[in-house]
Amino acid sequence: MEEPLEMPPGEESKPCSLSEELVTDPSLQVEISDAVSERDKVKFTVQTKSSLPHFTRPALSVVRQHEDFVWLHDTFSENDEYAGIIIPSAPPRPDFEASREKLQRLGEGNSTLTREEFAKMKQELEGEYLAIFKKTVAMHEVFLQRLAAHPVLRRDHNFYVFLEYDQDLSVRGKNRKELLGGFFRNIVKSADEALITGVSGLKEVDEFFEHERTFLLEYHTRMRDTCLKADRVMRSHKSLAEDYIPISVALGSLGTQEVRQLQTSFLKLAELFERLRKLEGRVASDEDLKLSDLLKYYMRDSQAAKDLLYRRLRALADYENANKALDRARMRNKEVKPAETHQQLCCQRFEQLSASAKQELTDFKSRRISAFRKNLIELAELELKHAKASSLLLRNTLIVLKGDA
Amino acid sequence: MAAEREPPPLGEARQPELEELEDGEDLFTSTVSTLESSPSSPEPASLPTEDISTNSNGPKPAEIILDDDREDLFAATEEVSLDSPEREPILSPDPTPAITPVTPTTLVTPRMESKSITAPVIFDRSREEIEEEANGDVFDIEINVSDPEKVGDGMNAYMAYRVTTKTSLSMFHKNEFSVKRRFSDFLGLHSKLATKYLHIGYIVPPAPEKSIVGMTKVKVGKEDSSSTEFVEKRRAALERYLQRTVKHPTLLQDPDLRQFLESSELPRAVNTQALSGAGILRMVNKAADAVNKMTIKMNESDAWFEEKQQQFENLDQQLRKLHASVEALVCHRKELSANTAAFAKSAAMLGNSEDHTALSRALSQLAEVEEKIDQLHQEQAFADFYVFSELLGDYIRLIAAVKGVLDHRMKCWQKWQDAQVTLQKKREAEAKLQLANKPDKLQQAKDEIKEWETKVQQGERDFEQISKTIRKEVGRFEKERVKDFKTVIIKYLESLVQTQQQLIKYWEAFLPEAKAIA
Repeated sequence: MEEPLEMPPGEESKPCSLSEELVTDPSLQVEISDAVSERDKVKFTVQTKSSLPHFTRPALSVVRQHEDFVWLHDTFSENDEYAGIIIPSAPPRPDFEASREKLQRLGEGNSTLTREEFAKMKQELEGEYLAIFKKTVAMHEVFLQRLAAHPVLRRDHNFYVFLEYDQDLSVRGKNRKELLGGFFRNIVKSADEALITGVSGLKEVDEFFEHERTFLLEYHTRMRDTCLKADRVMRSHKSLAEDYIPISVALGSLGTQEVRQLQTSFLKLAELFERLRKLEGRVASDEDLKLSDLLKYYMRDSQAAKDLLYRRLRALADYENANKALDRARMRNKEVKPAETHQQLCCQRFEQLSASAKQELTDFKSRRISAFRKNLIELAELELKHAKASSLLLRNTLIVLKGDA
Repeated sequence: MAAEREPPPLGEARQPELEELEDGEDLFTSTVSTLESSPSSPEPASLPTEDISTNSNGPKPAEIILDDDREDLFAATEEVSLDSPEREPILSPDPTPAITPVTPTTLVTPRMESKSITAPVIFDRSREEIEEEANGDVFDIEINVSDPEKVGDGMNAYMAYRVTTKTSLSMFHKNEFSVKRRFSDFLGLHSKLATKYLHIGYIVPPAPEKSIVGMTKVKVGKEDSSSTEFVEKRRAALERYLQRTVKHPTLLQDPDLRQFLESSELPRAVNTQALSGAGILRMVNKAADAVNKMTIKMNESDAWFEEKQQQFENLDQQLRKLHASVEALVCHRKELSANTAAFAKSAAMLGNSEDHTALSRALSQLAEVEEKIDQLHQEQAFADFYVFSELLGDYIRLIAAVKGVLDHRMKCWQKWQDAQVTLQKKREAEAKLQLANKPDKLQQAKDEIKEWETKVQQGERDFEQISKTIRKEVGRFEKERVKDFKTVIIKYLESLVQTQQQLIKYWEAFLPEAKAIA
């Protein structure tokens, strides 16, 4: 089923409020100007404006798919040079499955719905589809924009290729072996981490990192839970909004058939519920954007921060091992030189990583604080707006009904 | 236990009011007289339904019920102040007799077609107006059902409810009194009222439904929220049931109702149990009725009834749909409340683990706000249910009672038709006997003809009676319904407004906290 669904024309992509530091830096501006949904694929049009010398033209435009973004992310996270950097997490896969299923079930002819109800449900579901679409575009965009804003990451060669190469990147999705491989690597990583910290008794010398580690571990877990719960609240709001549809329709038909005295009441009520539905729907989507999305994003980002800490820990372990190896070599007085070089390299790497990590983690904190601030303020303002609108609507209806009685 | 029936309230309490409305008084007196004829007449309040006019059941279609041109009606009453024989108090019969239809002795030629203003209609208006003007006394009765208390243990346990009545009506012994009643007592009351009044066309409010599951939980002693909810739901339903019943002017006069409200001891109504002999008999009768309804093909010569039948059918369907949707709303709002509570807890934990002080505080505040909002949702769900959903449920059951009453009319018609058929047969038999010349059998045949002629007349009168009663009842019902719905809608909307106002307060309090994050 071909469903070309495009972004509403003329809609500018505002800098995503999830990540504050994305100030528009004229030397490299990236945005997703357009997106088309075809079957299971979404094609994003990535536009770049840059004054940097590496690009052949000041303005570029390429079409990319989700897999390309994932590939880009993986090249970063697998690159040892960026070990000391929090790699922006890859955007989640566009998932229209649930929404599509709902639309399909609706279309399949649920004969218990009246035509009016059907039209409204369809409208509601189409709105939902569009919202998911806009979100996935935003997620992909913010990923690129963070890369573009980062002083080190923006200079990556693969990044340029991604932005400039006008042919298909032909990045094949990970096959099963690679997926499994990735899965195992994660297990190994956590096991490794446990080993490093637990068994070998690796001492964290830096208080800052010690604190960060404990903090991040707990924070990430809690965030994941809150994210889940926020999602459920949002979905409840949506069900509520959907419930208003049959109520409004039933009230409307009662209104047309009822005795004169009750007609106004029922018709007014029907109208009221229709408008309440829209308001409730907006509450749901605002909570989704300002709260759920915020939490999801920072859950992923805190995971990336945890990964960084792990890498640093790994480097520290390597450093410790190198020390031990050097000591052993000195004792045996064999191959001291290579051991020394190795130890120095490890030391350098560790110290670089630590310094970079410290900076990154501080940035992470300030990013997080300002993102939460912005989104919580916006959430409260929007909730207020909707509550005031609902209240006004209800009070006006009451005036009419009381006057009618 | 039967309370001695006092003279009809009309005679006393209404005296002052009646003076204003001379015509009304005449109407009343004339009807009172006609009731003497039937010794076992149930209650004086059926007076207004008496047919004293020349026309029986042909009021204006549809609009009569809710039209408000009192002036015309009063003008008409002057014409209709017919025979006014002396008034006599109605003595109370035994409390639970089978009711013989009250029939007027005046020779009236009933007409089936629609007519312009007729007495019964006027009756409705003037009586209702009298009631409204006599505000102070007539419907001054307030019923409360409260304090559910578990009595006994195990499977023999039951809930006892306190029924408190506050009234200034003189028919009661005191102004304020209360008794303890159990659910089966309510069912027993309804059963008695239904037996007496349903088949002559009165819309008797249905009692709340039984629930084996619900009661078993309570009996077993589960102290969880679902059984408290069940008890509360039932308490509220019982209260509404009684309030509707006393609002009915005819039922209010009933001695059984009075006994129910007043006497400290009530004989246990065993016949209300589902599996008792009476219960099974009820089920069999219901099935028989259903079959009969299908086979009765009535020649409806009165458009009003046909219209009403259709109207109530439609209304029933619509209300059921709406009810189902509102029930879904209640369910989802409860879910929302639960999810909000879970989110609040989670956000609080998140706030605790956040190391930036200002953000941590903001998150904790967010958690608090969400917790309060959860409370709000719960209260709103409560309102959704008790104000809106239960009203719809009540009216679905009430409309079933209305349909029942219309069915009784059909049966009445059927009985009348059957009598006519039998009469015809008897006449034919007599004719045959005439020819065969059998004098002894002839006499018998002539007697039988007389008997059946009377029955036919009776059948016709019964039919007219019930038609008239129903017209009046439907009028009253619709008026009540409109009032009820309007009141409930406003109450419900007010609850919604309240919720939104609270939301505004909470978010306004939170906003500075969010802004304080630095």
